[in-house]
Amino acid sequence: MIEFSFIPLFTWLVSLLAVPAILVFRKRPDAREGVTFLAAFLKLAMVFMMLPLIREGKILHFKFGEILPGIPIEFRVDGLGMLFALVASSLWILTTLYAVGYMRGLREHDQTRFFACFAISLSATIGVAFAGNLLTLYIFYEILSLSTYPLVTHHGDKAARTGGRTYLSHLLGTSVAFVLPAMIYCYWKSGGDIKFTDGAFLDGKIGSSDGLIVLVAFTLGFAKSGLMPFHSWLPNAMVAPTPVSALLHAVAVVKVGVFCVLRVFTGVFGTDFLQQLDVVTVITYIAAFTIIVSSLIALTQDNLKRRLAFSTIGQLAYIVLGVSFLSSNGVTGSVMHIAMHAFGKITLFFCAGAIFVASGKKYISQMVGLGKQMPITMIAFLIGSLSIIGLPPFGGAWSKWYLFLGALDAEQTAMAVVLVISSLLNIAYLLPIPINALFRSPPQKDEKGSDSGIKEAPLACLIPLCITALAGLLFFMFPGLGFELAQLITK
Amino acid sequence: MDPIIANFIEENIVPKFNYWIYVILMMIGLYAMITKNNLIKKLIGMAIFQTAIILFYVSIGVKETGGIPIISHHGPDHHQEAEVHSEESSKNLKHNIIDKDKYANPLPHVLMLTAIVVGVSTLGLALAISQRIHKSFGTLEEDEILNELRPGGHD
Amino acid sequence: MTEHFPILILLVPLFGALIVVLLGRERPEQCWITSLISLGLSSIISLFTIIVVLSDKVQTIRYRMGGWEPESTVFEVGIELRVDILAALVVFAVTFVGFVNTIYSKTRAEAEAQGKVPFFYALIQLLIVGLCGIVMTNDAFNLYVLIEITSLTSYALIAMGNRRAALSSFNYVIMGTIGASFYLLGVGYLYIKTGTLNIDDIRMVLGNDKLWEHQSIIVAFIFIMLGVWTKMAFFPLHGWLPNAYAYAPSMTGTFMAPLMTKVMVYVMIRVMLWLFGDKFVYSDQHVWGELVIWMSVIAIVAGSLLALARTDIKKMLTYLIVAEVGYMVGGAWLGNVTGQAGAFYHILSDAAMTFCLFIAASIIVLRIGDSRVNAFDNLFRKMPLTMIGFTVGALSMIGLPPTCGFFSKWYLIRGGIEAGQWEYVCALIFSSLVNAVIFFRIFERAYFGNIAGVKEDFSPSDSDANPDTSIKEVPWSMLVPLYIASVSVLLLGIMNRPLFEWIQTALK
Repeated sequence: MIEFSFIPLFTWLVSLLAVPAILVFRKRPDAREGVTFLAAFLKLAMVFMMLPLIREGKILHFKFGEILPGIPIEFRVDGLGMLFALVASSLWILTTLYAVGYMRGLREHDQTRFFACFAISLSATIGVAFAGNLLTLYIFYEILSLSTYPLVTHHGDKAARTGGRTYLSHLLGTSVAFVLPAMIYCYWKSGGDIKFTDGAFLDGKIGSSDGLIVLVAFTLGFAKSGLMPFHSWLPNAMVAPTPVSALLHAVAVVKVGVFCVLRVFTGVFGTDFLQQLDVVTVITYIAAFTIIVSSLIALTQDNLKRRLAFSTIGQLAYIVLGVSFLSSNGVTGSVMHIAMHAFGKITLFFCAGAIFVASGKKYISQMVGLGKQMPITMIAFLIGSLSIIGLPPFGGAWSKWYLFLGALDAEQTAMAVVLVISSLLNIAYLLPIPINALFRSPPQKDEKGSDSGIKEAPLACLIPLCITALAGLLFFMFPGLGFELAQLITK
Repeated sequence: MDPIIANFIEENIVPKFNYWIYVILMMIGLYAMITKNNLIKKLIGMAIFQTAIILFYVSIGVKETGGIPIISHHGPDHHQEAEVHSEESSKNLKHNIIDKDKYANPLPHVLMLTAIVVGVSTLGLALAISQRIHKSFGTLEEDEILNELRPGGHD
Repeated sequence: MTEHFPILILLVPLFGALIVVLLGRERPEQCWITSLISLGLSSIISLFTIIVVLSDKVQTIRYRMGGWEPESTVFEVGIELRVDILAALVVFAVTFVGFVNTIYSKTRAEAEAQGKVPFFYALIQLLIVGLCGIVMTNDAFNLYVLIEITSLTSYALIAMGNRRAALSSFNYVIMGTIGASFYLLGVGYLYIKTGTLNIDDIRMVLGNDKLWEHQSIIVAFIFIMLGVWTKMAFFPLHGWLPNAYAYAPSMTGTFMAPLMTKVMVYVMIRVMLWLFGDKFVYSDQHVWGELVIWMSVIAIVAGSLLALARTDIKKMLTYLIVAEVGYMVGGAWLGNVTGQAGAFYHILSDAAMTFCLFIAASIIVLRIGDSRVNAFDNLFRKMPLTMIGFTVGALSMIGLPPTCGFFSKWYLIRGGIEAGQWEYVCALIFSSLVNAVIFFRIFERAYFGNIAGVKEDFSPSDSDANPDTSIKEVPWSMLVPLYIASVSVLLLGIMNRPLFEWIQTALK
């Protein structure tokens, strides 16, 4: 079942090797962007190469060599990692296309640094996706925090500096303060083994009281998952250019966070052992609290990106909530939601960025009636919103449904109610935006007529957002692959 | 005198008076090093401090019947003529023929020779540094030196 | 031939110092290359020593000075040098850092030593002799002598700087002498009771005669510990360190800051495990185990907070040294092999990262002419090469993989968890977080510039350099040592597993 393979290594290496090439071509933007595209396509191709093997139930393994006594740096590709890698690499291509349009449209500075850091971040993301033990996971998690810092603080002004400070202090602080000691404690308790095997390495080796502390430490320590109270880095990171916000904060960085939490639940503790220990209730309540409160805060935000950020926090908490149900449906729902939310959210962020490029508008109150000038963008936004809310015929419906089933399986009817209420809140804070844009006319008070000069967004921005919006539709109709990969974990 | 105090002195102070002396000297030295303002006085304190330790070591090697730890070839332990003394005396030494009670322990003396040298070098070095400080600051009083430095904006 | 390696490591720089002083009269320009050769030779020999010691049949090299073999097992005469893998690693670190530092000093020597260049090189080499001797000797009194040799040369080296350096050196003289004298006092008590000065012998006698509970032995231990702690700047006996290292001329500071306190930590570990033995040190009858760990927690916290409060980069780094010493003392006193090995690994790891940071800081201060962090504006653009080196050192201090700082934290935390000393674990994490704040403040400044727009008071500070008006990068002779240091930080991290295993086996 476990097979040795070089492909995980190369998948990880591809984006890393792109970095010197990007630096070399810094004076030739087209060649430079070409490098990124090439690397992204290669990466996706290699992920696809591994896909059939994973579907057969095999697990691909690659070991670098022991870096600490008994712990190697190793890759171990299973269903969960494969799903995440698929999402990340496919979206990298789309985001690069989008970023080209966005950065050139705004004539942004320091584009070489931007694309180089992007590549490193993608490498780190794949590193996390393929991580075979806790140490590898932790190392790439930290590298991701560091490599996204220049991206978040790209604009280099005071707001960027403050946003960057919050970003790094929250992410580094929690990982060093919580994850590191928890990891070493697990290492000690399990006798030196921290591999994510099918049996989960902590099974039977830890008690309820320290199990609870370790579980909470891990869950809150991986603050990229956006759980409260360590969530504020996410809205503050919206000072970044939208392509950064789109990929990293709607897809890569935050998904790394929930991915790590999923790994902790399934690979470190194991769902059966967690049921025995009976310690997950705390996590369930933290997640539920996060869902409700973030949705409420989202209602109050007028800045579009900030509203989307709080929406992301809520959606991520769904994933954590689902896995805390410890049932096969719950975990399936969580895993699928990683993919569904990724595509849905990135659509919304792409639209937000397109709006900014085309019209300079950042605030929702300014966007009434914008659909007349930017119909495609706004329709895509509508589709994305519906997917996030979880209404058919869009992919998000499947994941929400399974989450709901999972809540019922675990006899957590209160949580099922939470899910319903939050879906209603989602509708409340998402739908008005496209509806107002498409079906109401803009205020006529603007004599200067500056609004009339707004056209649709540049093509390089439009294409990606259409593709991701369509993906939402396709996922509803063909959810099979997602199911398969999710089932590989829940078995 | 009160018999309890006399007893106390007899049991604790008189047999161990070398320790008492070195402790008192050491405290005097330490006191000088820490509280005195003048740099040279600090150095004197340092010298006293080191001397106290040297005294301590030397006092360890004392024996009631012991004399100077130099083996004399014309003394009571001389068994052979002077010409063949090297081979024979070394044989004597090898077989522990010397009466060790007649000599104080030479090892602490040797160690302290080294320590004295170290102390002297440290003192010399410290005096050279003081000379340099005097040239730069014009004074050897610590509070005046610190005053001179303060408006310079150091942190 | 190989059995003479220990003494050769000592002799080469000793003669190097002599030659340099003689050469200094006629041809001062040759001093640099002579030192380079002598220290390079010494490094190579110490590297070979490591290889020799690692080979199975040797394990430990014992070298008797003058060939004075012991008369019987009871009566030791003569001074013995004893080199095992731990000693060999530290000796290599010392000679290698000395060698690399000599490269750094090429351009600085004339400016900072002002006509006394040959004496600087001679003193550095004597300092290295002293340090290597401390590490290799197996005789308690010889250790005192070598500690004093080391201290004397370092007093002189620091006093070579400006007038503040002279004053700091004076304070260092006072405190250092107290420390060394306490050590001497402790050895005296030990000698009274055991009658021997050979370290292995003392331990044997203490064990044979069950002298462990005896009052004099306890007193001896306390005095020796106090002495060694003063010399390694363990809080609150650290008062001499910040001024001495911050105001020292840069070429001295870069050498002394990484090494001197670390060698003293090595001495402490040697004293604890080989002179007294772990049964004595960690036994439950003595209350000091818990006490020392709490002291180290305070040292870590205090050092980190004091560093946080500083605006001068060099002072900041020296207070970080105080915190790092806290790590090592705590680790050694945890009572398990993981902690001791972690502390020892941290000796090497901290030497590398402190070296890296100090060189980077010295280079930056020389170029900007101002040692305050607020002057670091936009350095990532102006001096990118230097800042890369600085970043590597900073990441290691914070404890991010794959730098060596992460791995030493891993071992120390693991040791702390195993021993159940949670306050120590918390202190380590606290220190990592504070370091992150400290260094990211600097990074922000270097990255963003002074975007807060606050008008700052740029009254001249006390660094002894003429600022360059156009801040460019520095000559290769300064960058190369920086990069060697950065690469060592990374290498020590990646290679930590074999190193740790060697250290563990030696400690068992």
